[in-house]
Amino acid sequence: MGLEERPHERAIPAVPRRAFLKAGLAFGSGLLLGFSASAPGHGAPMVSNSTPAALAPNAYIRIGRDGQVTLVMPQVEMGQGTYTSISMLIAEELEVRLKQVALQAAPADDRDYRNPLLGLQGTGGSSSVRAMWDPLRRAGAAARLMLITAAAERWHVDPASCRAENAEVVHMPTGQRLSYGALIDLAARLPVPRNVPLKDPKDFRLIGTPAKRVDTPDKVNGKAQFGIDVKIPGMKIATVAACPALGGKLAGVDDSAALAIKGVSQVVRVDDAVAVIAEHMWAALQGLAVLDIDWDEGPNARVSSADILRQMEAASHKSGVVARKEGDLAKAMAGATTRLEAVYQAPFLAHAAMEPMNCTVHVRADGCDVWVGNQVVGRAQATAAEVTGLPRDKVIVYNHLLGGGFGRRLEVDGVTQAVKIAKQVDGPVKVVWTREQDIQHDAYRPYYYDRLVAGLDEQGLPIAWSDRITGSSIMARWYPPGFKYGLDPDAVEGAANPPYGFPNILVEYVRHEQPGMTTGWWRGVGSTHNIFMVESFIDELAAAARRDPVEYRRVLLGRAFDLEAGLDPAATAPWSGPPPDPARVRAVLDLAADEAGWGAALPERRGRGVAVQYAFGTYLAQVAEVSVSKDGEVQVHRVVCAVDCGMIVNPDTVKAQIEGGVIFGLTAALFGEITIRDGRVEQSNFNDYRVLRINEAPTVEVHLIKSSEAPGGIGEVGTVGAAPALTNAIFAATGIRIRRLPVKDQLRSS
Amino acid sequence: MVTLRINGQEYQLEVPHDMPLLWVLRDIVGLTGTKFGCGVALCGACTVHLDGQAIRACITPAANAIGKNLTTIELIGETPIGKKVQQAWLDLEVVQCGYCQSGQIMSAAALLAGNSNPSDADIDAAMSGNICRCGTYQRIRAAIKEAAQIS
Repeated sequence: MGLEERPHERAIPAVPRRAFLKAGLAFGSGLLLGFSASAPGHGAPMVSNSTPAALAPNAYIRIGRDGQVTLVMPQVEMGQGTYTSISMLIAEELEVRLKQVALQAAPADDRDYRNPLLGLQGTGGSSSVRAMWDPLRRAGAAARLMLITAAAERWHVDPASCRAENAEVVHMPTGQRLSYGALIDLAARLPVPRNVPLKDPKDFRLIGTPAKRVDTPDKVNGKAQFGIDVKIPGMKIATVAACPALGGKLAGVDDSAALAIKGVSQVVRVDDAVAVIAEHMWAALQGLAVLDIDWDEGPNARVSSADILRQMEAASHKSGVVARKEGDLAKAMAGATTRLEAVYQAPFLAHAAMEPMNCTVHVRADGCDVWVGNQVVGRAQATAAEVTGLPRDKVIVYNHLLGGGFGRRLEVDGVTQAVKIAKQVDGPVKVVWTREQDIQHDAYRPYYYDRLVAGLDEQGLPIAWSDRITGSSIMARWYPPGFKYGLDPDAVEGAANPPYGFPNILVEYVRHEQPGMTTGWWRGVGSTHNIFMVESFIDELAAAARRDPVEYRRVLLGRAFDLEAGLDPAATAPWSGPPPDPARVRAVLDLAADEAGWGAALPERRGRGVAVQYAFGTYLAQVAEVSVSKDGEVQVHRVVCAVDCGMIVNPDTVKAQIEGGVIFGLTAALFGEITIRDGRVEQSNFNDYRVLRINEAPTVEVHLIKSSEAPGGIGEVGTVGAAPALTNAIFAATGIRIRRLPVKDQLRSS
Repeated sequence: MVTLRINGQEYQLEVPHDMPLLWVLRDIVGLTGTKFGCGVALCGACTVHLDGQAIRACITPAANAIGKNLTTIELIGETPIGKKVQQAWLDLEVVQCGYCQSGQIMSAAALLAGNSNPSDADIDAAMSGNICRCGTYQRIRAAIKEAAQIS
């Protein structure tokens, strides 16, 4: 995203100034979060020509004559704190206070607002700070330099004698000052500078300090606008029933009873679903309940979890596509003193974001408006264009705050469906899924069936390691160019490049698509299952060697083998980060172990488990302390995490993401499981798709390591190691090795 | 026709008596701070106060609120306890995605109204009906304790 190539005169999406000023007043804080406050669709369109009076040196920054700075925000806020951390990057280089930056959700634009790590306009893969670290700081620095140059011209002084601070340019010898607003017209006539120098990190005044989140005030008083909160004049409310059998179609529907309900105005048919359109959700729900629907259940109507598992087990015996091969595995195995084998399994998982899937659409002959909270805004626009037949620039997407994403909103199935429905409705319609629809029509985290084998030498150290991962490929569906030579880099992430060196290693991937199941990204992606397998199996090796799990890992980390020897480049995901540094792994392991009191005596049936990981460019070790009652109830008391994520932008957000990420991972490890019967998802709501509650949640302690390395990702890392830390602790407490998630009632007979 | 007193204001609403308060608030009155999460009182996102008691709006018919005071997240900051809870939530940066937090704050305010110094067990009992998918529980616990200390 070379800012330098972009002349500032170019017509670029600009924020209607009138809109944000009004909204700023309404919010009282001067901050505009999300687009809805400016009444989109009824005021100025989001994409307009650049305002001549404003300084718009690049896609991200707008400065008005009144000095108001607006960040056109490329990343979406789903709780991870990105609205604050990305604003900090701009504010740091632009020399303004964080409070002086107003936010505007970026329009759909896969070029100007492309995430360079993901290759499209998207928020995911724990990539926001890493992707925007350079471009956003450069954007701020370029604007700062233009303002300094403008002031120097005005004063007829050397720009080097001027500096920017607190939204003003100061001429240092005389102390003269000019506000940014006063310099806008002059600065806007200057060329956008190339190769702008960035601040030395030692001069950061904002980055690395705990900043208050900019989105919190409106989230504690009910004003925050999520997609589901959209209110458009004349808007109808709809709710849907999709074919309960996965992949089935609508055959017919008798809607006479539904249409007789007061408030129901219409019943709309699409290929695989029925929608009831009403004045309010209550009428829509009542209408849905009395529809007499005839489904064509399609080819998956008899599929069950047992069938899926049988097929995966069979597939796992075949050799797979090689992700990594180094040394002579067969020879090393043959010469090993001890040989261990294990099968590990991870279930299908739903996302269950608190905000059920929803999308509001208004289709007209000449355009289409979409109000949604989505992680891939460009794709939301593209699908609306495809369904309506309109050119993309006639589709305006107003992205909102997301009530949780976790990867679910990296899909646009809900947008596609809502546009199909809205095409048949006169006026705007908000389509809201029930929780049951949300859980039963997700893009599920795939089921993985993994075979691990290790050969140990006489000291009990692994000289041979093989890992064959069987599962569906998300990448092949979601981003086909990322699926090369039959290798899915996500499916093998964390398995192909563990932080431990093995002289002989083979990692293979067997692609096995499960009938009817659409699989998708789920917080922590590939690492979440692979780190469970790898860190559990390492624990098994330590036990076989009769060595302490922390000490055993220290020994492995000290062995100097090339950590990427034999690694196929196609096995590395774009968000994976550079190769791991064993010294940084060791540092987080030591810190977590120390803080957790590793080795101190514990009562009977209480134990500690450790997991170490390198994922998303971040190093993390966690120690879980659990107890298991005689009747098999697991209680997690405490989780201690040590994190090295390189340079930290907002330390409190890093802590919060780890705290929450661990809880998210424990929820899945303890309870999370989607099962299939007669082609249908068996779970439906929070009663049978359980989520950890406050009375069950452990305290999570987070210890940060100071670092001057490049930033790593933080949104998903807490989730990644939660399961193996838990199950390794269960092993320490009971001697029982959990090889299949979730834990659920597997300890009942213990 | 149902007459409801919501946040101190009287509304004459053309809604059926059995319509849950959640949809009355969100789709008729336009108060969207109260959230839809599960529809069956499993998650607590729709928590509001009826005469000071925390209830789940998704399963409470409009008729049950006739003649009572209904308070939502939009007005809770006007009450002394609600204001303290919101302040503690801000001070401790409890919020992540924020979708469940209206309900969390309403449950916490109801707890503190009846118990000015809740123990961990009291917090568990009062708050275990509110799910947070982002996992902000330990900050919720700490913020309730802090709110109890704000004078």
